[in-house]
Amino acid sequence: MNFSLEVMLQLAIVIPLLTTFGIIAAGKYPNIRESITITASIILLYIVINLYQNILLGETVNVFWWEIIPDLAISFSIEPLGMLFALIASFLWLITTFYAIGYMRSHEEENQTRFYTCFALAIGAVMGIAFSDNLFTLFIFYEVLTLSTYPLVTHSGTEKAKQGGRVYLGILLSTSIAFFLLAIVGTWFVAGTLDFKQGGIFDTNVDKTVAGALLVLFIFGIGKAAIMPFHRWLPAAMVAPTPVSALLHAVAVVKAGVFTILKVCVFIFGLDLLAVLPTTQFLLYLAGASVLLASIVAMRQDNLKARLAYSTISQLGYITMGALLANSSGVLGSSMHIATHAFGKITLFFCAGAILVTAHKSKISEMRGLGKQMPLTMIAFFIASLSIIGVPPTGGTWSKWFLVMGTMEAQQWTLMVVLMLSSLLNIAYLLPIPYHAFFSNTLGKEPLAQTQIKEAPWPSLLAIGITTLGCLILFVYPQPLFDLASAILAGRE
Amino acid sequence: MIAHLPILQVIIPLMAAPLCLLLRHPKLVWLFSLLASGLAFIVSILLLQQVMTSGVISYEFGGWEAPWGIEYRIDKLNAFLLLIISAISTVVLIAAQTSIEKEIPKEKHTLFYVLYLLSLTGMLGIVSTGDAFNVFVFLEISSLSAYALIALGNDRRALWASFQYLIMGTIGATFILIGIGLMYQMTGTLNMEDLSQRLPEVEQTRTVFTAFVFVIVGVCLKLALFPLHLWLPNAYAYAPSIVTAFLAATATKVAIYLLIRFTFTVFGFSFSFATLPLETLFLLLGLVGIFVASSVAIYQKNVKHIFAYSSIAQVGYIIVGLSTGTVMGLTATLLHMFNHALMKGAIFLALGAVVYRLGNIQLSSFHGLGRQMPLTMAAIVVGGLSLIGVPLTVGFISKWYLLTALLEKGWWPVAILILLGSLLAVIYVWRIIEVAYFKAPLVGKTPVKEAPLLFIIPIWTLIIANIYFGIDTRLSVQVAQSAAQSLFGVSP
Repeated sequence: MNFSLEVMLQLAIVIPLLTTFGIIAAGKYPNIRESITITASIILLYIVINLYQNILLGETVNVFWWEIIPDLAISFSIEPLGMLFALIASFLWLITTFYAIGYMRSHEEENQTRFYTCFALAIGAVMGIAFSDNLFTLFIFYEVLTLSTYPLVTHSGTEKAKQGGRVYLGILLSTSIAFFLLAIVGTWFVAGTLDFKQGGIFDTNVDKTVAGALLVLFIFGIGKAAIMPFHRWLPAAMVAPTPVSALLHAVAVVKAGVFTILKVCVFIFGLDLLAVLPTTQFLLYLAGASVLLASIVAMRQDNLKARLAYSTISQLGYITMGALLANSSGVLGSSMHIATHAFGKITLFFCAGAILVTAHKSKISEMRGLGKQMPLTMIAFFIASLSIIGVPPTGGTWSKWFLVMGTMEAQQWTLMVVLMLSSLLNIAYLLPIPYHAFFSNTLGKEPLAQTQIKEAPWPSLLAIGITTLGCLILFVYPQPLFDLASAILAGRE
Repeated sequence: MIAHLPILQVIIPLMAAPLCLLLRHPKLVWLFSLLASGLAFIVSILLLQQVMTSGVISYEFGGWEAPWGIEYRIDKLNAFLLLIISAISTVVLIAAQTSIEKEIPKEKHTLFYVLYLLSLTGMLGIVSTGDAFNVFVFLEISSLSAYALIALGNDRRALWASFQYLIMGTIGATFILIGIGLMYQMTGTLNMEDLSQRLPEVEQTRTVFTAFVFVIVGVCLKLALFPLHLWLPNAYAYAPSIVTAFLAATATKVAIYLLIRFTFTVFGFSFSFATLPLETLFLLLGLVGIFVASSVAIYQKNVKHIFAYSSIAQVGYIIVGLSTGTVMGLTATLLHMFNHALMKGAIFLALGAVVYRLGNIQLSSFHGLGRQMPLTMAAIVVGGLSLIGVPLTVGFISKWYLLTALLEKGWWPVAILILLGSLLAVIYVWRIIEVAYFKAPLVGKTPVKEAPLLFIIPIWTLIIANIYFGIDTRLSVQVAQSAAQSLFGVSP
């Protein structure tokens, strides 16, 4: 295949969308349906990697689709941050699909066709977000992502799912309509354009109060970044089947949120302006509070998925904080954290799902001694936990390193302490789980009978293996990630 | 032929109405009405083309020169409205026969089409004419036939609703007539263009002021501006579904057209916005209307009531756009008239399909409908999203322009209120979605089938239009913008 870059970029967005038709058409034949998803995700990954290689060579791509309102167009281009996001999302889509096949079948879930359809749709939206050339395009795909994941959250159709879906949609839709949209229109009104541009689009003599207010609107409005107090949707979304929680609510949706925040900070405001806005400091503390509070709440959750959800909220706070620090280390750390947290958290969710389908346990207190029954899963859980905490030999080390550097450079000593404290809290809420799993002599509340190894179905186990390996590789070989992340600010004057 | 388009626009449905009586056979009458409405639609397209390329069309009735004779005057604003009305009328008529078979006794079918065409005639007439008194005549034609149409509803409450509407509508029309009379007394003319030139000479008089107030209040009654909206919910809820779809999409738009025409052309912008605190008044009433009506919509049990209250809220948005008194705001208003017609036309037609299958429209009977009538419910979902203003639907375009207009005025708090108001729409739309998709069908209730094709086609035509015009806004934005500009050009 030798397509031009323009065609490939469009294919990256269109393929997942087209896949939905295939999935619906093959709805009655699960094997064909799943092979369509797998084929599509392989093609998508191939295309994205291909784009990546060309971007490395310094190529630029611009695609113009359609002008909806004069001067406001749906158009796409590729820059390193978007590339990074697209790479992660497309790679993990493939992995998650394997995992989902094992999970959904052994869980005997209903409506699997709808599940895979919405999943593909969501990935298409993610690609659109990653490659959008302006805030307007980004907003459109942002909303598509919200709506396409709603049926996934409410998948089971129970009363609890309905309630969860209500919170999910309620918060995401209302923040995006009430704040995000207003911020976008305001930006358009003040700056006269919405195109992402290195160094920002505002004039140097822009009214700092207005720009500061817009920044607040952006940070509040991008509800997908789950900054407290707009975080409730994420725990609510945990009623979804685990593959959804894993890919969407640890990677795609939440990362779309922080990705948008990074985009806005770097390419709408520009770091120079961001550093002098009157509201930045307040938002930094808000992100810091979000980091700490979410960690504390996480400690008190007995439901594993809920604990992971609060952990995600805390980790998203890191990324938002890094973006708001308005220096290159902060941005570097944030964008690397998008990748390293993605691998770490998806592994943790995969493990949570594997425990649920194999041992039928969702409460942490029941997981004592589980290491003897599911050793591989628990080892993976341990490694991924290390990556979230940010200690060697895992990828999380690097991103946290740069984030701490960022706080130092900005002389935000309070925030540095927050990061350190939060790392300790991470240890406190994550590590006891594998520890008790291996070193406890009871299985749940019952005495441990005999050690009988019973792991998750092999496709799920394979997925866990790959993402765990990813956590390790990112430590040993972070260079490509580092290069891509540092290219984000290249060309900044 | 081309020269006579303005009169053909009105005369085709007018002549078709009595001819229906000759045909008798319901199916034939239906096809004939569809044909008449379709012709009117084609005429409106041609008119719009002509206006956009060569400017205002003035058509003199019977060769009597204006201002003595009656003049039909088609500018961009009229042409835009004519297009909306005749398009919606035609699309809605496609489903008419199927729907009324269930809702209206057979012997009244012909009557239904006669009234429908007369109502259409009235609306097209109001919009086409350039004569103030002629406006009143057509207003009565459209209103009287609308009262009768509503009374055809098979629920006995339809009679009461129709009566309420009759009282309120007549008060409104009378007010308008009084206003027109006072203007005639002061200027000796009824031609709108002529009025707009003569009124400034006498604009300081109390009579003109009184005339203005009468006209504005009368028109606001017709367009159901909060708090003059009381007639609307029941009229929409108990009328036959087809009538609701038609009226909801067009009737209030015509009243808003009158409001714009009187404030901008006849009295002139500077008079209208200087004499009365119209800016504050419209802004406040619009905002209160949005919040009150949307909140009431949330608690309704009858789904038609939900969307009827939603219509009142949407009128609020339209009025807020108008209150800015800027080209941008007026553009937003005109755009939303077009877009809202598409949304509500689609939604009420879909509700008609639900009535066709279920026999009622209570929210409690929507249980499990998501699976039983997937296409109809999907249409309600998309229509609802458009109402909320999700990107890639027309609702988003309206909201974008409205917000830009408000920011242009520096009204940031209003912009925030507008957005909060649209969150209420999320709630009332989602109540329906949750019942339809999450509740299992009631035990013992026989499952229903998808609506017949004659419903699905017009519903989805409108839904696709909702999406199409949400993406390709060239037509709607260009026409709305240039109409707004020329309205301000008359009275900058």
